Amino acid sequence: MSTAGTSSARAGSGLTAAVIASPHAHGGNSVSATMFRVKMALVPATLFSFWLFGWPSFFLWALTILSCLCFEALSLRLMGSRRIKATLLDGSALLTGWLLALSLPPWAPWWVAVLGGLIAIVIGKQVFGGIGQNVFNPAMVARVALLVSFPLPLTQWVTPLPLSPVAGPDFVHSLRQFLTSAPLPDAMVSASVLGYTKTELSRGIDLLHSLSSASAPALSWLGERSGSFGESASLLILGGGLYLLARGIISWHTPFSVLAGVAIPAAIGHQLDPAHYLSATTHLLSGAALLGAFFIATDYVTSPNTGSGQIVFGLGIGLLTWVIRTYGGYPEGMAFAVLLMNALTPVIDRLIKPRILGRDRKGKPLSIPETKES
Amino acid sequence: MSNSFAGIMKEGLWNQNVVFAQLLAMCPTMAVTTSGTNGLGMGLATTAVLIVSNILVSTIRHTVSSQVRIPVFVVLIATLVTLVDMAMNAWLHDLYKVLGLFIALIVVNCAILGRAEAFAVKNGVLASAVDGLAMGLGFTGALTMIGLIREFLGSGTLFAQASNLLGPAFAFLEVKIPGYGGALLMILPPGGFAVLGFLLAGKRVMESRIEERARAATGTPDAITA
Repeated sequence: MSTAGTSSARAGSGLTAAVIASPHAHGGNSVSATMFRVKMALVPATLFSFWLFGWPSFFLWALTILSCLCFEALSLRLMGSRRIKATLLDGSALLTGWLLALSLPPWAPWWVAVLGGLIAIVIGKQVFGGIGQNVFNPAMVARVALLVSFPLPLTQWVTPLPLSPVAGPDFVHSLRQFLTSAPLPDAMVSASVLGYTKTELSRGIDLLHSLSSASAPALSWLGERSGSFGESASLLILGGGLYLLARGIISWHTPFSVLAGVAIPAAIGHQLDPAHYLSATTHLLSGAALLGAFFIATDYVTSPNTGSGQIVFGLGIGLLTWVIRTYGGYPEGMAFAVLLMNALTPVIDRLIKPRILGRDRKGKPLSIPETKES
Repeated sequence: MSNSFAGIMKEGLWNQNVVFAQLLAMCPTMAVTTSGTNGLGMGLATTAVLIVSNILVSTIRHTVSSQVRIPVFVVLIATLVTLVDMAMNAWLHDLYKVLGLFIALIVVNCAILGRAEAFAVKNGVLASAVDGLAMGLGFTGALTMIGLIREFLGSGTLFAQASNLLGPAFAFLEVKIPGYGGALLMILPPGGFAVLGFLLAGKRVMESRIEERARAATGTPDAITA
């Protein structure tokens, strides 16, 4: 009410009938501000991963972001956009690159970063019309395309090494490793929990034995375990996600239903047959579960608009992730699950609509009880 | 539609290209274009069927009443496809093993029935034959191009096993890029759709450039006189 009053007052004061289109009040929020907060939330987990995986992971992170920005600029230029600089500065391409880097193996070679940026920005985003138009999450499009195309480099995990001159490679060595994409030294190659248990199960060794053996990959809240670059530090990612929740950047619906969608079937399965189904804790702490729930599934563009729609969306992602991890051919299924549910988002938005003021859920006018004339 | 032979050729190869303009025959386009050789073989087989079916349909166009024309055309096309199918099985057995099912499916390839309906029933025998050739070559070119791009990106080769299709003399076409394993995705269906999409976009860009240039060429004399 007050905003309408101020705008009409403003129009009246100049004695001109200037027409001001709505909205008349602006919350001061913008794409770049939102993107900036999301990046802030990612900083702790990213820094921790730099320490954990050393210089190669830093090169990967930097080059993936650079590649995303370059391809964004290139496609905008090809399309004849006049707002290249403004679009680049809104930070959406930067965030896409950042999320993509976090989902890649920490020691992936340079061309993975460059190709990932190409796929994410050109095929995942700009082909659909740029920011706000993409059907699928660009970072996950690139992640899945890379995984399907290059299974080997995309599933080579290194054992986490603190960035020390003794254990980790120094700057020059890391750069050489990154640029020549030489095969990893065997001593550094390790399996992620999900991959390891899947391999062991396929060899006929059940979980009770495989997870208790000495070679089993560690599972820790702190994140000292092998896995994708940014997915290990569970606590820091959780913290970042809670910060986003507290700042109102994301709502609780999507992340919590994703986590519930993974945890509930996992708990049931583990209760029934601990030898073949991983526990809910393992599922939640492994792979991209937390990163996906808080940072990837919550993408505004590719998730449903209503709260209840987001719950359906999140539960679908969680359940599909669990199904792919448990029965599928790939050890991790978060990226696939997100893409599948992205495809369903328009359907969810069509079926679950918010009630229009003055109408019931089906869009019929509310029956107004007769009131006595006063 | 121009009825001069050059006009018909241009329609088939570019303006009305089966794949890039009419977007017909998407099933073989997506399914067999995993390599340049497959695309070329499929395209040539389709071209052969298309030319003969256009000639036959055009020949009987005054005899067959319009009520029964579709079943008659389908029987004709099915016969031709069976002949091509058996011939390929006999003489190009290795390629046949790859293309297998899709050769039989040329029967229901909408491009062939489409040309019979859209062109051969309305035009003379010679024009129909030229139309079949033009459409077939346009189709072959499109399939080979998509196949080459997908093969190059997906498995790092060009015209692999071309000697199976064209004879040992063409073994020089086979190229292998050393040290490149290929991106598996390009061989899978998403790669096909992505390549087709980018080629379609490229064709549209070229067409708009040509149109712009034509407009500029006709526009300049006016500007000079004014």
